[in-house]
Amino acid sequence: MTVREPAGRQSSQQVVLEVNDLKTTFNTRDGQVHAVNNVSFSLSTGELLGVVGESGSGKSVTMMSLLKLLPSPPAEVVADSILYEGRDVLSMGDEELRELRGGGIGFIFQDPMTSLNPVFTVGYQLTEAIRQHLPISKKEARARAAELLAKVGIAQPVERLRDFPHQFSGGMRQRVMIAMSLACEPKVLIADEPTTALDVTIQAQILELVRDLRRDQGMGIIWITHDLGVVAGIADRVIVMYGGQIVEHAPVKELFNNPQHPYTKALLATMPSIDASRSERLYSIEGQPPSLSGAPTRCSFAPRCEYAFDRCLEENPPIVSMDNNHQAACWLRHPQYTAQGSQHPPEEISLRETF
Amino acid sequence: MAALASTESLQLMLQVTGLSMHFPVYKGLMRRQIGEIKAVDDISFHIMRGETLGLVGESGCGKSTAGRALLKLYQPTSGRVELDGTDVTALEGEDLRRIRTDMQMIFQDPQACLNPRMTVGSIIAEPLDEHTRLSRRQKRQKARELLDAVGMNPDYENRYPHEFSGGQRQRIGIARALALEPKFIVCDEPIAALDVSIQAQVVNLLEDLQQQHQLTYLFISHDLSMVRHIADRIAVMYLGKLVELASREQLYQSPQHPYTKALLSAVPEPDPEKEAIRERIILQGDVPSPANPPSGCNFSTRCPIAQEQCMRETPAWRELEGGRYIACHMVQ
Repeated sequence: MTVREPAGRQSSQQVVLEVNDLKTTFNTRDGQVHAVNNVSFSLSTGELLGVVGESGSGKSVTMMSLLKLLPSPPAEVVADSILYEGRDVLSMGDEELRELRGGGIGFIFQDPMTSLNPVFTVGYQLTEAIRQHLPISKKEARARAAELLAKVGIAQPVERLRDFPHQFSGGMRQRVMIAMSLACEPKVLIADEPTTALDVTIQAQILELVRDLRRDQGMGIIWITHDLGVVAGIADRVIVMYGGQIVEHAPVKELFNNPQHPYTKALLATMPSIDASRSERLYSIEGQPPSLSGAPTRCSFAPRCEYAFDRCLEENPPIVSMDNNHQAACWLRHPQYTAQGSQHPPEEISLRETF
Repeated sequence: MAALASTESLQLMLQVTGLSMHFPVYKGLMRRQIGEIKAVDDISFHIMRGETLGLVGESGCGKSTAGRALLKLYQPTSGRVELDGTDVTALEGEDLRRIRTDMQMIFQDPQACLNPRMTVGSIIAEPLDEHTRLSRRQKRQKARELLDAVGMNPDYENRYPHEFSGGQRQRIGIARALALEPKFIVCDEPIAALDVSIQAQVVNLLEDLQQQHQLTYLFISHDLSMVRHIADRIAVMYLGKLVELASREQLYQSPQHPYTKALLSAVPEPDPEKEAIRERIILQGDVPSPANPPSGCNFSTRCPIAQEQCMRETPAWRELEGGRYIACHMVQ
């Protein structure tokens, strides 16, 4: 069991990644798809930021936009700024970007089965990544590769370097991917659903490994997942995304104890628990996730929201800050409606029938 | 949830005795058989009418193979499956075809299990073409009723599967499974491919349909929290064998088998305070290959409490007090 630090910041932490007002659109034959809208966040060293959302909520696209990994066209990435250690990523040239990808920011993809090349040995692929970024000999790179495999908990690392990916199990392959992303000791690690394809007992092993690595290396980690349970266990802060936007952003305990956005509340309510009392019927969010065609003109959750009122359909709510480092994008939390003596929205209007 | 109070529901629906499904492994120029994969190895359990039995385990443990062997989609290597008193494993040809109306399956991937070239109406009516003598109009009427029953607009009958989202496609798959009014349905990971907010919708639908039609489910899943919600009793599988079977309360409150304990402790809880104080059992290593299982107990290579006896002898599947079953030497 590792003891986790409290969510409060330590004085030695500094911001390594800062994103301001990121927008990503895809130009398709059927018109523009607004995959990411007005996303802003920052990440400090040694911090783990959880990003939660359903498929199509824009969480992966956000992270790929940061590293300019999306082919353009069709993708179009616009932002006020994306700063990695104070340098603007959007204005970087190809050479600088190559240095950043893998060197400054490591990336772990969801599927360990397809991210490794099946025709090269694991050792070859690891040394290739190392030599791409560090000026060292093949022999030194091999030694470093073996060291990395040992660090992520693979037994007999020197021998295993000669093996091909198919000789590793799913959990082992994900460990190799983690080893590869750690090769150049990046300051930021972006993990895109790294445990989704794995079984729970293997997931528990990987989560334990990440806790240790984080303590030893002090990286800032962005952990993308759709599993609120995973986030509860490892994150310091959590971003909840819906329809390509950040709908809620809070420290982990605050988010789970005091969710402010109706979507977060509903998401927490739909998940059956493993040891709390069992409800006769699961709470379910009716309707379907939104389509992302066109810029948002209303709250994207409004059609499924139990608390939606007329304003929600007329205007997309801005993200507003509240106490305890809590932010939410919901008209019900907007100062116009929450301040003393302000106009109150009508309580509980069900608009579902109108859609 | 099944109303277990009524007398009818206390009848036995499915009795499985010593079911095994071994796949031969061939190698070399002469395709000689060099071994076999024991995907399902000597499992026994029963399901009562109107009950939901959850079958959980990690990927590759044989839970889907077990579900398919039950429906005789595979010819089991040995063992007996009795559905409502009829021995399914012995049936062949026309008799087997007839009994298929009583047992249906809902598949994991709603994308892959619907023919993209058929309209939703014809997908749902296809089992009726095969097994009934209804007129075209009656079939169409029935398909519309089924769409309505699974919470979809009957006017969607002329649309194609690609026009629907994952959750809606799963509803179409459920409507098709219901078309022949089966008694028993194997749900093979029906919610695994769906988003969290859609999972609850489908689970609620399955529960409603169970009540309306007195259905009996085998619910295969790797999601232990969802199984806790839907199942009355739960069987845990590891490497082709059942290791524990107990009622929901028994299994989640006092798991006995060391694998069940580890599995439950590995499930992340959406509550940071509980997560911080939780004792976690981290299993070392991976699941061994079913082509070359360890001697003795299958779990002995990863078991935190394994003794010398566990490496040598295979533990027997035995009944404990209160209707629970276990296969472990170390549990008294």
